Amino acid sequence: MARIGVFICHCGENISATVDVEKVAQEAAKLSGVAFAMDYKYMCSDPGQTQIIEAIKEHKLTGIVVGACSPRMHESTFRKAAEKGGINPYLCEMANLREHVSWVHAKGDATTAKAIDIVRMMVQKVKQDSKLFPIKVPVTKTALVIGGGIAGIQAALDIANAGHKVIMVEKAPSIGGHMSQLSETFPTLDCSQCILTPRMVEVAQHPNITLHTFAEVESVSGYVGNFEVKVRMKAKSVDMKLCTGCGSCWQKCPNKKIPDEFNAGLSFRTAIYTPFPQAVPNKPVIDRANCSWFQKGKCGVCKKVCPVGAIDYDTEDEFLDLKVGAIVTATGFDIKHTDFFPEYGYGEFKDVIDGLQFERLASASGPTNGEIRRPSDGKIPEKIVFVACAGSRDKAKGIEYCSKICCMYTAKHAMMYKHKNHEGEAYVFYMDVRSAGKNYDEFVRRAVEEDDVQYIRGRVSRIYEKNGKLIVKGVDTLMNAEPIEIEADLVVLATAVVANQDAESVAQKMHISYDKHHFFAEAHPKLRPVETNTAGIMLAGACQTAKDIPDAVSQASAAASKVMGLFASDEMTREPVVAVVNRMIPPQFTTCTGCLLCMEVCPYHAIEREEILDRRTGEILKIAAKVNAGLCQGCGTCVAFCRNKSIDLQGYTNQQMLSEVIALLNKPF
Amino acid sequence: MKLGFYPGCSLEGSSKEYSQSLLAVAEKCGVTLEEIDDWSCCGASAAHSLNHDLSIALPARTLALAENQGMAEVVIPCAACYGRMAASQKAMLEDASVLKKTQGFIDMKFLGNVKLLTVFEFLQKYIFPVADQYIVNKLNQKTACYYGCLLARPKELTKLERPENPMEMEAVLEKAGATPIDWAFKTECCGAGFSMSRTDIVAKLSGKILEDAADRGAESIIVACPMCHSNLDLRRPEIKKQLKKDINIPVLFITQALGLSMGIPAKDLGLKNHLVSTGKAVSCIVKKEA
Amino acid sequence: MEKPTDKTHTPSLRKRMELEIGVLPSHCYQCGKCTAGCPLNEDMDIMPSQILRILQLELPGYEAKLLGSLSIWLCLACDTCYSRCPQEVKLSQVMDFLRQESVQQNKVNPKAKDILKFHQAFLETIEKNGKLNEVWLTLNYKLKTLNLLQDVNKAPSMFFKGKLNPIPERVHNVKEIEKIFNKVRENEGGTK
Repeated sequence: MARIGVFICHCGENISATVDVEKVAQEAAKLSGVAFAMDYKYMCSDPGQTQIIEAIKEHKLTGIVVGACSPRMHESTFRKAAEKGGINPYLCEMANLREHVSWVHAKGDATTAKAIDIVRMMVQKVKQDSKLFPIKVPVTKTALVIGGGIAGIQAALDIANAGHKVIMVEKAPSIGGHMSQLSETFPTLDCSQCILTPRMVEVAQHPNITLHTFAEVESVSGYVGNFEVKVRMKAKSVDMKLCTGCGSCWQKCPNKKIPDEFNAGLSFRTAIYTPFPQAVPNKPVIDRANCSWFQKGKCGVCKKVCPVGAIDYDTEDEFLDLKVGAIVTATGFDIKHTDFFPEYGYGEFKDVIDGLQFERLASASGPTNGEIRRPSDGKIPEKIVFVACAGSRDKAKGIEYCSKICCMYTAKHAMMYKHKNHEGEAYVFYMDVRSAGKNYDEFVRRAVEEDDVQYIRGRVSRIYEKNGKLIVKGVDTLMNAEPIEIEADLVVLATAVVANQDAESVAQKMHISYDKHHFFAEAHPKLRPVETNTAGIMLAGACQTAKDIPDAVSQASAAASKVMGLFASDEMTREPVVAVVNRMIPPQFTTCTGCLLCMEVCPYHAIEREEILDRRTGEILKIAAKVNAGLCQGCGTCVAFCRNKSIDLQGYTNQQMLSEVIALLNKPF
Repeated sequence: MKLGFYPGCSLEGSSKEYSQSLLAVAEKCGVTLEEIDDWSCCGASAAHSLNHDLSIALPARTLALAENQGMAEVVIPCAACYGRMAASQKAMLEDASVLKKTQGFIDMKFLGNVKLLTVFEFLQKYIFPVADQYIVNKLNQKTACYYGCLLARPKELTKLERPENPMEMEAVLEKAGATPIDWAFKTECCGAGFSMSRTDIVAKLSGKILEDAADRGAESIIVACPMCHSNLDLRRPEIKKQLKKDINIPVLFITQALGLSMGIPAKDLGLKNHLVSTGKAVSCIVKKEA
Repeated sequence: MEKPTDKTHTPSLRKRMELEIGVLPSHCYQCGKCTAGCPLNEDMDIMPSQILRILQLELPGYEAKLLGSLSIWLCLACDTCYSRCPQEVKLSQVMDFLRQESVQQNKVNPKAKDILKFHQAFLETIEKNGKLNEVWLTLNYKLKTLNLLQDVNKAPSMFFKGKLNPIPERVHNVKEIEKIFNKVRENEGGTK
């Protein structure tokens, strides 16, 4: 016999100002099956909860309805109270009298009547509630970090130092990411590689970290705590165990005209190559698409000169099957290149370059050994124009957002140039200067006040080439919109930060959300910045949105802490509001006919095909659907599609839903 | 289906050579262009500057006439006329209230089913497929292809592939055996309608264009707009005075250049009617090898 | 949208512009790219980006400056501004609107009178003939501006090159053209 308790909350005045809460409690008490009803000012408060606990015990309640705010606010609060009172927490339901009644209607009889209706519905539902128990899921305490840039490196080290195993997968032949391409970093002007390479080595040498470079994630399936990841280890054609990194192979490689990605296209590399001298691992791979042996069947020089016989042309891509409990996505970003700008030459002017190219020119290990020289004729420029906001904050070009890092790196570039060329002239065309971090604004002031960088507020309309110079047509909006024309020797465009070209396919493989710019979506923009909506997958670094190194590192450590929280226990509990396919005694086993329509429509890939076997003979008796409770999110799509109602949602069964509707339609009985 | 032709006022007046050469090339290639019967002025700059409704209504009249005369496509060689006709058509098709109002003004029905072709689209679609068999000469000179404003902007209407550095004209000139040069003033404004009211501005702006072409070794400038031609050709004395330089590079219409490569005599292309002599440009021409 | 005729409750210039041509000055973030690329930027008195700033801020006294500026008449509608504007502000349409306002409110800059007269002469020729006749246009313009001797030395060479055609081409149904002009005028409830 049901003994339901109804507790109506005033929510201060939030509900009571509009709804006659005393009346609602009185009417509720009259309902069949209700053993106790009361109203109180703040049900969620300590005294409020105590009243619930005591009422359960005193009146021997078998279920409770709390008429208050949205379940999203306090369902877990009241369920805990119910548990303390001694009943299964899933026998507690909330009637939303705030978001659904008092906040959307005016005071009046009809509003109170609606509140009474909703309470009546929930009382009927609770009568049909069954006890549910949280589902326990085992956790594999190994993390996968995708991406070996500074964010991935930080996350991997944090997780590994906490004692858990980490597998890092990086698609380039070396880890390091864009940070390894930088010359100096703001606001300290630290040498980028000097602060990065020790970390890279730490990753390679850490006993808890397994590093796979020149590898990509092929597929991700499973669920939080129990992911199954297939990794494609691209064929390096070089045996990493035998190779000593001596360099004989790439010194002798005849294919020397491949645009060097590490040097942002400013120089060439060979087909067998290490991306940069400080690469980790410092062993070469063969770029088969550009290698004469693989394309034309000619050459084979590297194999001949290798002193340890490490080169093997016959290796193929290998696949690894990994079982991991959590994934940190740290796949980084890309930038737009100069060909994106019609008004700046469609990328056809050699001396109009982007920010990364400037970093390579300024870098000691770059194509010009750290001397800033014009790509066209190698001369040292006497006048450089830096164009900020190139492509960013530009609705017409489809990039409305601000790329965040360019104001800072433009100031840095200008300073680096002036430090190397005291007599040179540096101009920055800007719209705003966004330097909001610690010591950031002081850094920009230093560029202006100590290094004499000339900041001109205005955008550049057009750049064209004449007689070996670049004519830059800009404007100074602070000087009465005075048009300014500068004949520059070199122009550096601070181009927009964008997502990687393959970001969309990576996100789809991982089943994580992404926005229209292909940046990965965080679970909540304010309060959950390092998690995704897919449980167990975290975000770190610029793959989420443009950010600088301090923020990338912070976010990586935060993502690592989420992973460590997940790994803190051997088992994870999940809400039992999941779908279940009915089962009964043989010979029927289940009413499910195995049409598997539910499997097709499940957005979480949570339904599997199950073979019900004869225990003795192993013969297949029936095919049915089976819900993976670990993956199911309780959305109910399968229930809606099931043709003969063999699948139902715990906590929201068909019967419960129907009884709510009937309760709504029928006046009190 | 008929291929319509809208010459516009300039092609009947001071830029007659453009129309003359276009028709000569079309005839050579067996393409018939039918002039819209009783067409009227598109309104040019004056209409849109002084009266918005008029600037939509005047082109609408001719568009309605073209429709009624069963034309599926209309070639509009004048860049300004094309700009005005296309803008008017777009305004009417995008906003039903504008369409209704304009139909009221012109007292004609308008459906918007005529496709307007720029001179490039016309050459690409109708002349290029058959041109090779008619091209007998190579222009054999460095040409600066000048588009001006209205062939390049606004990009929704002009449909060039690279509005800041187009190559549509260059493709035609290459077919005609010329060497188009890379230069920086392809789409800069020549001074447009200020020929009489602010001749000094025309001299300055057209002067910059001429100077860049000359600096980069152009032997002729090719245009596809009668206004640009007029500013660069008829206003040459004023430009020379402004630049203090004696630049005599001739200015040819794109159809004249193409016509020369097809062996059509210079006088049939109106080349004698330019102020800046085209003699040198014509003398560069050589026969194409078999 | 109809132009309001009640002067006492006239919405501001900015509001009217927003309603009539749908261009919102608030979209402009004053980057100055339009000014930087404008071919007339050496000759204008108020720069294109400043014109938008004046419309944005609506400070007293500036509206008159705007309508009385030379800039709005120097604008050649080359659309370089619009084609490069990161916020896709249709500045050339703003210029057209301001020109029309300037004439309506009789605030045309004296230095722009010749330009206005040229446009007016042009439209008069169209109204009479349906098409432009350059000789008539030139004569009409000269009479309006009294620049009788301008380009007189060009006339002979132009004539011999067949570029001067004193006999006007006329549209057959020129009455239709006249009707269009009249209907447009009526619709505005006033003079052009």
